[in-house]
Amino acid sequence: MEAATVAAPVAPVRQHPSIWTQAPELARRSIMRTLRQPAAVIPATTFPLILLAINAVGLESATALPGFPTDSYVTFALAFAFIQAGVFAVIGTGQNLAEDNRDGFFNRLQLTPIHPAALVAGQLAGTLALGLFQAATYLAVGLIAGAHIAAGFGGVLVMVALSIAISLAFGSVGLAVGMRVDAPEKVQSIFPLIFVFLFLSSMSLPRNLIQTDWFREIATYNPVSYMVEGLRSLLITGWDGEALALGFGCALGILAIGLIFASLGLKERMVRT
Amino acid sequence: MASSSNGTRIEANGIEVNGLVREFKGGVRAVDGIDLEVRPGEIYGFLGPNGAGKSTTVHMLTTLLPPTAGSARVAGYDVVKDGAAVRDAIGAALQEAALDPNLTARDHMRLQGALHGMSKADRTRRGDELIERVGLSDAAERKVGGYSGGMKRRLDLALALLHGPRVLFLDEPTTGLDIQSRTALWDEVAHLSRDDGMTVFLTTQYLEEADQLADHLGIIDHGKIVAEGTPEALKGEVGRPTVEVVPTDHAERDRAVELLRPFGELVPGTPQGAAVRLDDGSEELANIIRAFDQADVKVANLELHEASLNDVFLTKTGRSLEGAQREAAEEGETGEQPALEGAPA
Repeated sequence: MEAATVAAPVAPVRQHPSIWTQAPELARRSIMRTLRQPAAVIPATTFPLILLAINAVGLESATALPGFPTDSYVTFALAFAFIQAGVFAVIGTGQNLAEDNRDGFFNRLQLTPIHPAALVAGQLAGTLALGLFQAATYLAVGLIAGAHIAAGFGGVLVMVALSIAISLAFGSVGLAVGMRVDAPEKVQSIFPLIFVFLFLSSMSLPRNLIQTDWFREIATYNPVSYMVEGLRSLLITGWDGEALALGFGCALGILAIGLIFASLGLKERMVRT
Repeated sequence: MASSSNGTRIEANGIEVNGLVREFKGGVRAVDGIDLEVRPGEIYGFLGPNGAGKSTTVHMLTTLLPPTAGSARVAGYDVVKDGAAVRDAIGAALQEAALDPNLTARDHMRLQGALHGMSKADRTRRGDELIERVGLSDAAERKVGGYSGGMKRRLDLALALLHGPRVLFLDEPTTGLDIQSRTALWDEVAHLSRDDGMTVFLTTQYLEEADQLADHLGIIDHGKIVAEGTPEALKGEVGRPTVEVVPTDHAERDRAVELLRPFGELVPGTPQGAAVRLDDGSEELANIIRAFDQADVKVANLELHEASLNDVFLTKTGRSLEGAQREAAEEGETGEQPALEGAPA
């Protein structure tokens, strides 16, 4: 073939894709992917409710302890359902990403002019959608079961906001993990570890009622305690600025750390030239 | 713009590779200094057994894997320095038809189009066009998880074409497909090259696929290119075709032998027939038929046996492609295969 003269490479006529075009479509995919997998949504939503029911029945007598902040264990324990949902956010988000790695979908994305931030935001959108659905479910079930929300309707909105922040925080941890593995099973293997981390908090008892020193010490340093207590304050105390600030602060702190590690993982993973 | 080794210049939609190397952990050289040139608008077949280095090469040429050494230009752009420009100019359907089982074909088109910066209207129009072109219109709103292997491959191809690439990479596009799906995909690939002028770089482990589709062929084994050329030239290098003629009247076998003698070297055939290895290739076939016609020797059967690409592989590597596949599978079982692609050294 003869090719004496050479034309300069001509780029295809397309507008440069912006993060604002890419992120909504990736978010749409993430949300649809989440909602079209009932096998992932239903256990993630019902398991915390089952635990709530068991605790409410089995630990109701704990309300008789001197200093226990409420006479309704359902009201006390409801906050923890939101945190447990966060555990499923870690697993779900991480597994989705690991599946993308394993199945080559990540390579498909890499072959497009994808903006890394759009990828992260898009992946978290599904987590956010699931978190919203779970928050609405837990609130509805809690209210039906007799839970009381001391902060009223405004408190409900703040609870939803805090629970979404918690879901995103845990979701970002899932992203950071999923970015580094290529098998969903590997993400699942961290489930017990996270669960232990959750239980070593003020989940079952207020910190001032925990008698074992080392347990109380760990619970005091465990950010999960403050996220639980932030939610719990709206249910039991009403408006407690300090508890809410700590709750949001811990959630946003974990989100920031998770996003930093997810971004580093993404940088390592996106080895394209 | 790059110049090729033989003095011609690579146009904007060709591929030029010089001394490309990819080394993985443990020093395994999956690709070991390959040179190749793909001319604009041609289908380049990259044939080799599993683990030969085909996919690693594709990953480097599509910018998904940085080379350890050497250079490559795709569509006029350097794969290391101009990664974004390369990605903009190419489409790729990699070995795994990487699709989201929870999305429909239209969802995939919409997402892929948005990532490439296409307008909403263009995404819909071009997406629908391509879905129709690959015969998935009826399944466009079905979740991909329910698609057959062939349907997934066709959608994968359509997605690779969505943004109008000039160079298309297909990494083993028909592996695992039934013959019907395979043939349909071959037709589409041939159409892309011959009618749309697209450059196609196609890896395969199927001899028939390489033979049927490729204008030029590179045979890779253990990370090195062991043969390169047109399928005809490669087969011509290792053996000329033979023709065997069986006369209707078996008593005329000796006459058949004499009629064939001028066309080349006589070789053993069936007891009733005569066979000759052609000096001037299969172009002589018409002259042979004419000679038998003029001599009034009726022919019951005439067969042309071409040298196959397997003969080429055998000659160049000392083993058949099938044997190489078996060997690669055994290496895989015993853990002797190279480190996973994507794991840098």
